[in-house]
Amino acid sequence: MRKLVILGAGTAGTMMLNKLYNALDLNEWSITIVDKDETHYYQPGFLFIPFGIYNRRDVIKPKRDFFPPGVEVIMSEIDRIEPDKNRVVLANNRVLPYDYLIIATGSRIDPSEIEGMKDKLWYKNVFDFYTIEGACALGNFFKHWEGGKLVIHITEMPIKCPVAPLEFAFLADWYFTERGIRDKVDIHFVTPLPGAFTKPRASAILGDFLEKKNIKLIPDFNIARVDNDEKKIVSWDEIEVPFDVLVTIPTNKGDEAIKRSGMGDELNFIPTDKHTLMAEGFDNIFVLGDATNLPSSKAGSVAHFQSDILFENFMDVIDGRKPSAKFDGHANCFIESGFGKGILIDFNYDTEPLPGKFPLPGIGPFSLLEETKMNHYGKVMFRWMYWNFLLKGVELPIESHMSMAGKRL
Amino acid sequence: MPVREILGKMIEFDDDGHLKNLNDWNEEIAKELAKEEGIPELTDRHWLVINYMRQEFQKIGDAPSIRKLTKESGVDTKELYQLFPKGPAKKAAKIAGLPKPKGCI
Ligand SMILES: Cc1cc2nc3c(=O)[nH]c(=O)nc-3n(C[C@H](O)[C@H](O)[C@H](O)COP(=O)(O)OP(=O)(O)OC[C@H]3O[C@@H](n4cnc5c(N)ncnc54)[C@H](O)[C@@H]3O)c2cc1C
Repeated sequence: MRKLVILGAGTAGTMMLNKLYNALDLNEWSITIVDKDETHYYQPGFLFIPFGIYNRRDVIKPKRDFFPPGVEVIMSEIDRIEPDKNRVVLANNRVLPYDYLIIATGSRIDPSEIEGMKDKLWYKNVFDFYTIEGACALGNFFKHWEGGKLVIHITEMPIKCPVAPLEFAFLADWYFTERGIRDKVDIHFVTPLPGAFTKPRASAILGDFLEKKNIKLIPDFNIARVDNDEKKIVSWDEIEVPFDVLVTIPTNKGDEAIKRSGMGDELNFIPTDKHTLMAEGFDNIFVLGDATNLPSSKAGSVAHFQSDILFENFMDVIDGRKPSAKFDGHANCFIESGFGKGILIDFNYDTEPLPGKFPLPGIGPFSLLEETKMNHYGKVMFRWMYWNFLLKGVELPIESHMSMAGKRL
Repeated sequence: MPVREILGKMIEFDDDGHLKNLNDWNEEIAKELAKEEGIPELTDRHWLVINYMRQEFQKIGDAPSIRKLTKESGVDTKELYQLFPKGPAKKAAKIAGLPKPKGCI
């Protein structure tokens, strides 16, 4: 029997399990998947919880609903990987030997990286929305908030779903308008980047949206600490931004298990070949999703495109061939922009987001880098697609490699 | 590719405004690049960071992140921002004649 172990049953691990399950002969293969948490969270839904659009129940399902029969499921904390011994050690000291390993342990926020962030104002006036707890706490706060200075803040890059903070800003503009108190809410967007987004053309266009919606952009801000007494954030070069409520994206890091395994970089992300998706220095370990150190966006859609590539390369490697498929960094993100509209961007390692139509050139139905109602429906549909197609490893009608067709230079 | 004259020599830059060819770099050029970044004079502390960055780049082929810089160069974050205001990792890489760090997406 050959042994495949998958670490992490989030978006990427679950998707990969289902793809490989259909292709591997269970008389020859034993497949094991490990996760510490029984509940699958639809993380893109966290964005909508603070505004009362979704609640907790809308974003959770039992993980076990998505595991095919005949797969060994272990619900346990992973302590470490011992790649030189080809084995994984769980928290209860159980040892799992493997022939092939797929690591999909994702990334998570660590507010303790910044002085004063997780302090006495945490979940009182300082919130995150990247966890279910943070999103729900913020939802409760907003319900009774009567206005003041709302500061939306990114601590440092990289973060998962790099457009989520912008979407949050757009939705806040919409939400407080609907509640009739927009004139009492002063919205600021504070980022370490030189503009609204990572890529120049999209950054300019999204920056215009911020301006139109009267959201003030403060770029190049590198946070040193949160001052809990005076309710302000302070940068390393002593710029101060006061707040009544701070919604921050804390530092994103790979899991501690990666650190314990000695396999991560300074942020516990795993050095990964950007084309083959194999862990650097190992010929039987693949890495997928947010756990990699790739310069692509950390997003569910990216994990999906990667899974097609990883699948082909896995099939090559187990048959003794060299990995033949190459990941191009393809990302595709719906950006919710408020008032029932959305913006769509599509890009890869080499090509920044460009205007045009998607996925059918000239037809769409989605418009790239433009604000339309159809793009908003795309975002709404995404949750349904996520539960019913994406996690189950069913093919989506979108190419895993980015296409230039339909894009305007 | 933008080309600019520095100290009487035509020098090529990449799209991010960093030196295209590592070999075009020398300490005199670094001083000029620093001026363009608003740093009138390079002190020993600046050079400590610049030299560390060049060493790291030769070793691993990428300029180090701020996190790595503060951990290994002996200069803490606060001082780094004083030496290279705004984005130290990017600025120091530029002056050291290295491409933009890959981490800075
Ligand atoms: C607010 C928000 C909005 C987003 N919006 C979008 C969007 O609109 N579109 C989009 O495409 N993406 C979006 N994303 C990003 C998307 O959710 C992630 O990129 C995706 O979930 C990554 O999948 P993953 O499998 O790599 O990680 P995850 O889905 O996070 O899974 C990691 C799994 O590993 C397990 N694990 C980790 N360490 C251990 C351990 N030591 N022991 C046991 N188990 C462990 C965890 O329990 C978890 O189940 C958003 C994310 C957030 C937070």
